[in-house]
Amino acid sequence: MTDFYGIDSALSEEERAVRDSVHRFVDERVLPIIGDCYVEGRFPRGLVPELASLGVFGANLPEEYGCAGLNNVSYGLIMQELERGDSGVRSFASVQGALVMYPIFAFGSDAQKRTYLPKMANGEIIGCFGLTEPDYGSNPAGMITMAREQSDGTWVLNGAKMWITNGSTAQVAVVWAKTNGDKDERSIRGFLVPTNSPGFTARDQKGKLSLRASDTSELVLQDVRVPADAILPKSGGLKSPLMCLTQARYGIAWGSVGAAMACYEEAASYACNRVMFGKPIGAFQLQQARLAEMLTEIVKGQLLTLHLGRLKDAGTMTPQQVSLAKRNNVSMATDVAREARRLLGANGILAEYASMRHMANLESVYTYEGTHDVHTLVLGQAITGLSAFQ
Amino acid sequence: MKIAVCIKRAADMETRFKIAANGMSVDETGVKFDIADFDGFAVEAALQLKEREGAGDVTVISMGPDTVQETLRKALSMGADKAVQLKTDAVPADALAIARVLADELEGGGYDLMLFGRMAIDAANQSVGPMTAELLGVPCVSAASQLTIANGRGTARRELEGAADVLEFPLPAVVTIDEGIARPRLPSLKGIMAAKKKPLEVKPAQVGESRVKVTKMELPPERTGGRIVGEGPAAVPELVRLLQTEAKVL
Repeated sequence: MTDFYGIDSALSEEERAVRDSVHRFVDERVLPIIGDCYVEGRFPRGLVPELASLGVFGANLPEEYGCAGLNNVSYGLIMQELERGDSGVRSFASVQGALVMYPIFAFGSDAQKRTYLPKMANGEIIGCFGLTEPDYGSNPAGMITMAREQSDGTWVLNGAKMWITNGSTAQVAVVWAKTNGDKDERSIRGFLVPTNSPGFTARDQKGKLSLRASDTSELVLQDVRVPADAILPKSGGLKSPLMCLTQARYGIAWGSVGAAMACYEEAASYACNRVMFGKPIGAFQLQQARLAEMLTEIVKGQLLTLHLGRLKDAGTMTPQQVSLAKRNNVSMATDVAREARRLLGANGILAEYASMRHMANLESVYTYEGTHDVHTLVLGQAITGLSAFQ
Repeated sequence: MKIAVCIKRAADMETRFKIAANGMSVDETGVKFDIADFDGFAVEAALQLKEREGAGDVTVISMGPDTVQETLRKALSMGADKAVQLKTDAVPADALAIARVLADELEGGGYDLMLFGRMAIDAANQSVGPMTAELLGVPCVSAASQLTIANGRGTARRELEGAADVLEFPLPAVVTIDEGIARPRLPSLKGIMAAKKKPLEVKPAQVGESRVKVTKMELPPERTGGRIVGEGPAAVPELVRLLQTEAKVL
């Protein structure tokens, strides 16, 4: 495990124990199958019950809802280890925990929490998160999905959502919709929509060259009627889904470091074993420089996420700090993955090795949950007080 | 059924070792420690017996300085019910000295079954379990790869070279566990949180005279590169000659 700076010593015994359990799970259960899943373009669904019994779903939510009740550093370490396996596996856990269980926990009624959270923690119910639309990606405030309240208190939803992780796998979708005409972003509310509701369809998005071991779907809601108690009562305005994204992004900042570690470790091992011109290629200065750059950036990313986690546990973390970490670490990981792939020469293009799979995955991670560019503008606004969006 | 499992904190065997400056121990800097491999199988065996019976109590016991508490908590996070640290400054090299400390703790504990790993992965003495059984005056089966308990009697299967034997014994008894029982389970995240709330008792222990001690520790010599003696069937006689005369393995 890459720990050049002895960061382990800054973790508690419990944090290390959590990391070690998930690490071993990924080694034993994910790594042996993930290359094939990726090539075949399928999510390793058989892992869901095992991930659930390990306790990774909503692991930082309270024990009273069947969750592990871990701190945020432990949660981050889980994401790091899962993405060391594959960004698609980490994405599944991020969506289940941060984008579905978290909004139910934060904005849901007691009945919703009791109905959904324990079954989502144990993997019986899988969830997806519908915010992004075909024409509204970086600008979710412009969404055109509508929920209209009926005279009997029920709601009727119409609209389409795109790039929805777990969309075809999920039994419940958290759908964000405007409730008061199509201009007012303050009217955005969250709804718990069973995916077997009449008028709800999910279609697998074909032709992905990235996140191939992950279910990405398009959701169409045509006159989908849900009961009055399907609304998340404490959700209100665009701020609610953005709070969910902050949770998920926090996990991505950690996860991307895991992907980078996997690539670096593969490259370092390859460099010491692959002989060319009579010596291991790791003896050549070019490859040493590559590895030194990779390691340096990984150590910086590890320190960044650990401190971010400590801030989150202290309750002082800001969304802008999460933007900085997501932006830096995902960009760093894409660079590390590409350099690792290059160091591996022709072998680097094979699914037998992990680097090119991570490299391709990370292009999605670079783009989702706030693109790299949007986070640049978030930071720009934090620095200058001037918004580039308006 | 009341089960005790005696476990040792040992270095992860995948670590690259360095000998400490004193030449008599391993430099622990950067070395990862865990439940010694076979002891992990013993913990798993105990948990499975308890689960199969649907009732029971598993106590894990480890001797050593406070660092063993992490090892004990790992066993608690796997599902053991309580833990006892027999606090000593170090674990002696003398298996009998260790066995005396463990037997003192196990004596009168009312345990039906006392499990050990077949051997500690670092010291590889294979002696502590059988010696403890002797001190307690109870039957001992070593290197069991299967273990069942019914009506106050145990049945164990041992894998031998090209054969197996099956033994039956009354309880209480000591059984040392070989691999093959089942792979030790991963501590679940909830298990890790629950372990913090389980009892871990610290008892000072007196180690008697240790008549065996380590005087020197050394790493195996660095492997040198292989040598190609020829190609095809023609090379076979030369290869056989070298294996006989130089490597002396035939």
